[in-house]
Amino acid sequence: MSNFLTGQLMAAGGENEPMPSVLAVPIDELVVGLLAFFIVFGVLAKVALPKIKDALAARSEAIEGGLRKAEEAQAEAQRALEEYRAALASAREEAAAIRTQAQADRAAIVEEARVEARAAAAAVTAQAEAQLAAERAQATSQLTRQVGEVAVALAGKVVGQTLTDDARVKATVDSFLADLESQVAQRGAGA
Amino acid sequence: MSLVAAGSLECKFENAANPCGFPAAGSEIFFFDDLVSWNFLGTTVGINKVTILVAIAVVAVLAFFLYAFRKPQMVPKGAQNLGETGYLFIRDGIARDVIGKEGDKFVPFLFSFFFLVWTFNVLGIIPFAQFPVTSVFAIPVAFALIVYFTWVPLGIYRQGFGGFFKGMLFPPGVPKPMYILLSPIEFISNIIVRPFTHAVRLFANMFAGHLLIATFSIAAYYLLTLTVVGLLGSVASFTMAVALTAFELLIQALQAYIFTLLTAVYISGALHAEH
Repeated sequence: MSNFLTGQLMAAGGENEPMPSVLAVPIDELVVGLLAFFIVFGVLAKVALPKIKDALAARSEAIEGGLRKAEEAQAEAQRALEEYRAALASAREEAAAIRTQAQADRAAIVEEARVEARAAAAAVTAQAEAQLAAERAQATSQLTRQVGEVAVALAGKVVGQTLTDDARVKATVDSFLADLESQVAQRGAGA
Repeated sequence: MSLVAAGSLECKFENAANPCGFPAAGSEIFFFDDLVSWNFLGTTVGINKVTILVAIAVVAVLAFFLYAFRKPQMVPKGAQNLGETGYLFIRDGIARDVIGKEGDKFVPFLFSFFFLVWTFNVLGIIPFAQFPVTSVFAIPVAFALIVYFTWVPLGIYRQGFGGFFKGMLFPPGVPKPMYILLSPIEFISNIIVRPFTHAVRLFANMFAGHLLIATFSIAAYYLLTLTVVGLLGSVASFTMAVALTAFELLIQALQAYIFTLLTAVYISGALHAEH
């Protein structure tokens, strides 16, 4: 075995050529080894491996991009849903506010109408009363005068003489009418 | 050799020292005559089986990966799928695992080593080639030198000359007096012995494997005589040769992996100070 290391073994042909050691490192074989590596490394590193590296990066990018897109879509959908919910809630609120407002308005309008109606009614009543009062006063005074005249005419006929221009008669008639008036007034108050 | 009936034995090998003796495989099976040779600057440069096998392996590795990665598809199939498995094995299993975040930069380096060494090794059991070129010591030495002259400058570049050697020779967490003992050991083991062991580990495994297969193959032929003992011995030897060939298939991949893994470990040590 020591022949392996010392290289003293004879060549198989039996010639007197010493066999080199297996641990010898001839320069030419070393160069062959170096060249072999650098050729393989150079070509793979420059040509083949960048392609597969890019392809792998593109693939993981595609997968991650797909996932990200899906996530984005989901977030978008969630956002839309929330927006929709918010819009719905605000619409409901608005509707409620409008309803409340409408109720308030209605009450106000009704109240206003009622007040107006009352005022109008009061005015009509007042006017009617005033007219009635005026008519009654007119009627009363007319009646009073006619009654007086009738009474005087009757009394004249009863007495047989004309009392028309007598001051006393006039005074009597007046006091009678005043009595009558106060009686009417009393009756009116009593009624 | 007395078991072999002397009378029936023909001399299958001519061996001057021991006529008809068993011609055990020796170091001569690792040397090949030049097929072509010429003078180059005063030295003889030749092309022999080793040179041809190296060239074939280089072409084979390049051809496969150039073909596999010629036009990478988003969904891999066929050769691309196979090549990608190899690429991911180196990237995730070695580069990222050992070196870490920066590992991706060294993938082509590690990738080239792994597949070139593996192909060189596998040549040992490919019919007609049947010689692992990594059992020629100069080849692993060339590779180990490339690795050595990569990680040492890289470490000096990354950690500074002082930092690199301080981290290597004075690992933290050791009592100060121990450095008297530890630092020389670290220096010898890392700077001097490491490239040597790196090369020898690969070389010796391939060398021994080839020698074993050769020995049993020779024995299978040598013992093949028409006697019971001869047939038994021959069949047993042949079975061993086949079993060793299968075993070599495992060792070839394993040694390529170990060589590449150690390369990654050395690079990692150069990038980050030891802790």
